[in-house]
Amino acid sequence: MTNWQPSASQAMLRCRAELLASLREFFSQHGVSEVDVPVLGRSTVTDSNIESIIAQPFGGSGYLQTSPEYFMKRLLAAGSGDIYCLGKAFRNGEAGQRHNPEFTLLEWYRCDWDEQQLMDEVADLISRIYATTNQSTLAVHRGSYGDYFAQVLAVNPHSAPLDQLQQLAVSAGSQSWAGETRANCLDLLFSVQVEPQLPQGLVFVYDYPACQSALAQTSVNDQGQLVSRRFEAFLNGMELANGYFELRDGAEQGQRFDEDLKARSAANKPSIAVDSHLMSALDQGLPSCAGVALGVDRLLMQLQGADSIGQVMPFSWDRC
Amino acid sequence: MANYSTNEFRSGLKVMLDGDPCSILENEFVKPGKGQAFNRVKLRNLKTGRVLEKTFKSGEALEGADVLDMDMQYLYNDGDFWYFMEPESFEQHQANENAVGDALQWLSEQDICVVTLYNGAPLSVVPPNHVELEIVETDPGLRGDTAQGGSKPARLVTGATVKVPLFLDQGDVVKVDTRTGEYQGRVK
Repeated sequence: MTNWQPSASQAMLRCRAELLASLREFFSQHGVSEVDVPVLGRSTVTDSNIESIIAQPFGGSGYLQTSPEYFMKRLLAAGSGDIYCLGKAFRNGEAGQRHNPEFTLLEWYRCDWDEQQLMDEVADLISRIYATTNQSTLAVHRGSYGDYFAQVLAVNPHSAPLDQLQQLAVSAGSQSWAGETRANCLDLLFSVQVEPQLPQGLVFVYDYPACQSALAQTSVNDQGQLVSRRFEAFLNGMELANGYFELRDGAEQGQRFDEDLKARSAANKPSIAVDSHLMSALDQGLPSCAGVALGVDRLLMQLQGADSIGQVMPFSWDRC
Repeated sequence: MANYSTNEFRSGLKVMLDGDPCSILENEFVKPGKGQAFNRVKLRNLKTGRVLEKTFKSGEALEGADVLDMDMQYLYNDGDFWYFMEPESFEQHQANENAVGDALQWLSEQDICVVTLYNGAPLSVVPPNHVELEIVETDPGLRGDTAQGGSKPARLVTGATVKVPLFLDQGDVVKVDTRTGEYQGRVK
């Protein structure tokens, strides 16, 4: 007997259908257009911590997209205005209670907004959906990365010396963190020690360390520290969404991609050709905008109190 | 021994950590959207019995531990060591007090126990889940005294003390669950 049956119950699949419909309804009401960009592309991200699934269209090389970001930025540069994409994304090697290699991602961009305005909209969207499904009000909190980090670890993540962060990481993790980079030590400490202490409800964490900027702008905060204009949203302690006040400077973006490739090489990971279409679009000019990507499966897990991601998707990878 | 990577960590896998054999209890894959993947792992140190929590980078490997669980018959105790025999090969193993640990208070000769061998030597002993043992010392039946929930302590022939109903007396044989130390019934 094979495991042919769905991993989610029929009741859960109806909740999922309702969620997808209410997300589309929200954006329709707010004048944001849906775009269904390709999931199969010739290029992919260079991020050293994200692995793409390789495809072989026409016997050549291609990748299943890890997010719709690059295609959406090309649309924005071409004058699309506010857009959202509700579709599949793929990440190789990620499977667990909260991970499936194929998952549903909601990503949207708001022109002339910054990340603080976008956080307001994320809070509005999640609160509305939460109120309809759970008949109660969702508590919403908002604080800077530095404040949440210092509350738990009594250390300033922006200015602490690397060896101090490494020592903290060794005692929080294992000996193998001794020589790790600043970004990786911070990731471990935030995930293992800070996240479990975050308040219940919806928590926005903003002003990430500059070394974790990815595709976000950086700026100097009121304490004179260089921070990333990036935020993350956590729902009852689970990472749910990641947003940026988008970087528009093509030259700086190119430098960050080069840093990614150096990190990939140092970690013996395969090299990736930088997406030349994205670089051309940035040269042409990306409008000032903020964007966010939200894990729809995880949102449904939290709304329905599911323990594992397989319980909220028709077929988790172990049944595909 | 082979090395095992974090994605091969399964409950029950025996690995070496900081020089001690450990058994993996839980393995959770954690990955921040933009960060490095890692595994939060709960392990039991098989020497001390303590449960540890460690976070490894995904893909990191630990050396497998030469640990084997085997059913063996308990033979006798010579004052220093407890002797166990493999039922197929009749090969005998001597376990020290440290390895026998809490099992000692339940062991009767000829019991079949699970002996964990580490590098070929007994590391720990798990007694049978249920044992039948004679009461060697207990207060005479105190009828009607329910202040202690209707039970009284009784010392068994192997040294363990368990709570038994008031009506039992010295010489009675009782069945006990060794995992909880609870009285299960009287054996006629």
